[in-house]
Amino acid sequence: MTGGPAGAGTTWLITGARLAGGEQEDLLISDGVIAEAGRRVSRAGAEVIDAGGLIALPGLVDLHSHLREPGREDAETVATGTAAAALGGFTAVHAMANTEPVADTAGVVEQVWRLGRQAGHCDVYPVGAVTQGLAGAKLAELGAMADSAARVRVFSDDGHCVWDALLMRRALEYVKAFDGVIAQHAQEPGLTAGAQLNEGEMSGKLGLAGWPAVAEEAVIARDCLLAAHVGSRLHICHVSTAGSVEIIRWAKSKGWRVTAEVTPHHLLLTDELAASYDPVYKVNPPLRTAADVAALRAALADGTIDCVATDHAPHAVEYKETEWAVAAFGMTGFETALRVVQEAMVETGLLDWAGVVDRMSARPARIGHLAGHGQPLRAGAPACLTLYDPSVRAEVDASASPSKSRNTPFAGMVLPGRVVATFLRGTPSVLEGKLA
Amino acid sequence: MNRHLISAGDLSRDDALLILDTAEELARVADRPIKKLPTLRGRTVVNLFFEDSTRTRISFEAAAKRLSADVINFSAKGSSVAKGESLKDTALTLEAMGADGVVIRHSASGAPHRLAGWVRGSVVNAGDGTHEHPTQALLDAFTIRRRLGRLDGLRVTIVGDILHSRVARSNVLLLNTLAAEVTLVGPPTLLPVALDTWPCGVSYDLDATVPKTDVIMMLRVQQERMNDAFFPSVREYSRRYGLDAARMALLPEHAIVMHPGPMNRGVEIAAGVADAPRSTVVEQVANGVSVRMAVLYLLLGGMEVPA
Repeated sequence: MTGGPAGAGTTWLITGARLAGGEQEDLLISDGVIAEAGRRVSRAGAEVIDAGGLIALPGLVDLHSHLREPGREDAETVATGTAAAALGGFTAVHAMANTEPVADTAGVVEQVWRLGRQAGHCDVYPVGAVTQGLAGAKLAELGAMADSAARVRVFSDDGHCVWDALLMRRALEYVKAFDGVIAQHAQEPGLTAGAQLNEGEMSGKLGLAGWPAVAEEAVIARDCLLAAHVGSRLHICHVSTAGSVEIIRWAKSKGWRVTAEVTPHHLLLTDELAASYDPVYKVNPPLRTAADVAALRAALADGTIDCVATDHAPHAVEYKETEWAVAAFGMTGFETALRVVQEAMVETGLLDWAGVVDRMSARPARIGHLAGHGQPLRAGAPACLTLYDPSVRAEVDASASPSKSRNTPFAGMVLPGRVVATFLRGTPSVLEGKLA
Repeated sequence: MNRHLISAGDLSRDDALLILDTAEELARVADRPIKKLPTLRGRTVVNLFFEDSTRTRISFEAAAKRLSADVINFSAKGSSVAKGESLKDTALTLEAMGADGVVIRHSASGAPHRLAGWVRGSVVNAGDGTHEHPTQALLDAFTIRRRLGRLDGLRVTIVGDILHSRVARSNVLLLNTLAAEVTLVGPPTLLPVALDTWPCGVSYDLDATVPKTDVIMMLRVQQERMNDAFFPSVREYSRRYGLDAARMALLPEHAIVMHPGPMNRGVEIAAGVADAPRSTVVEQVANGVSVRMAVLYLLLGGMEVPA
């Protein structure tokens, strides 16, 4: 890179990047869009980034994260969370509604949306609560959130399941008016009271209350049938079992409008890690078995599962430095998501880079109705993109993160890849692997 | 041997036999007029009890005192992040007081594993949630060996709430290490899934199992299981899985009856069975002190046992 001040308003020339892992091309970025794409592009006065050996991907889109603001700014803020997201290659993230106060009104979703604009690291799309206070009793004002400045299209009580069948039916029906989608956290509460770990060999041996796969699968099956009945859109959050995959595959074969996501941690980690009783491995839904991991990978590869979503869930250290049973559920995930997907999907030959683009950018953008994200890198497209070096391997260093929390299960693991740069509408949020 | 005793599965066959043999030697102290040895003089043992368990606490306390250790009893309320002191802060407090050994009883499975990461002293698991209770398994093995002369090849049947039983988990691991054959019996609702991966047999039929048993171990039915629809009624449980006189009569003549206590007389064990000569319930309590002495002695590195 040549010297001189650079930032908003600068024209950038990215040379020699392999677009989505395919052909080498140059990208000229100007006025927030990709002005030119092709061989031997040149422009006098442009800042040049030599991207030889790097892959250029459309900016990643996350359908599922927790930014904790308002209310738990000790664990994360919109600014710190989105800084971590940018370092992970994301240009758009959805922020779940379980803040304090809950994002169940136009006021709260507009606050979160505005905090995202102010921080400027990536676009923040608030997810609206389905029910008031996430209590599962009365619908929140979904229409008001949809009409707000935040233009909410994804609604979820994530962390809680909308378990009442009639309420779920009403929610699915109601959001058809503005082409919204209900993102369900599938967890049958009666089957998971006090549950701690996937019910199986490990939960039995460790004496941790079992969390059966059927508690997830039964709700998914019911909701697929409800979505079909009312002709609405259903999105399944963090699918974690082989049985869930089978049900979603069946629902899709019927032509029903069901989409699904999987987290990076469910693609790589298993419940055997709980043997240490270290709550860094405690997450909802729980880590499952190697057979589940294999089924999830296969489903992401064949498109049954549409996308990868991080479920980035930061927690202050005292919520994890405890006994397993009292610890909080959740793991951070922005900065490791693409690296984990490379390890679990690309290195194994299950996905090529075009497939990664589809599952981590194009499809999540489509599910969330994000017009300015997830588009192919060609002339005229918004300049939301990530430069990624797939050739390096390094240990995950949790201490380096701008996130306020350190609860990553990948700390100390050696993973491939490094995000070199991220651009949000032509402005770099990350350069040379550091916040710009 | 490891520095800590957290799981019965951490004990090799040699470790386990060393503890049982040491306990035999130490048991003789109990027969002396002065029941005390100087071996842990100057050492501090903390009994850290987050759950009420007078029986286990006084057993450890008696064991430590007979070895001349200084004993501090620390009763704490169940910890949470929101209220009260965290387990980590409690651990740091014990560390500052210079505890050589910490005996921990906790309602959360895995609490001793976490504690071991925060203190330098030896951690002894005195029961963690629904996970393990290794000194109970050791005292049970000690009791069996004293009564029947061996463990190798013995058929041990453990009956009741296996799902929530730390006694069962530790006994399965230890008895397997010591080459006994364990069969678990209980209603299917109280057996963990994936029992096929455990080193033991499983049955739902107590009557079919009893005649092929050298040792039968009855587990306590906790009050909360009775209220939580694991079985239709206490009476039905007692009829199907309790040990009454008629069922006891199906046992081979040499077989013994064990219970870790406290017993629900009339539920999992009939009063007449609990008080029968083949019942070892009272011996188990006495043996508990000897076995815990052996564990503390071996972990805290005392001097030679005086002859």
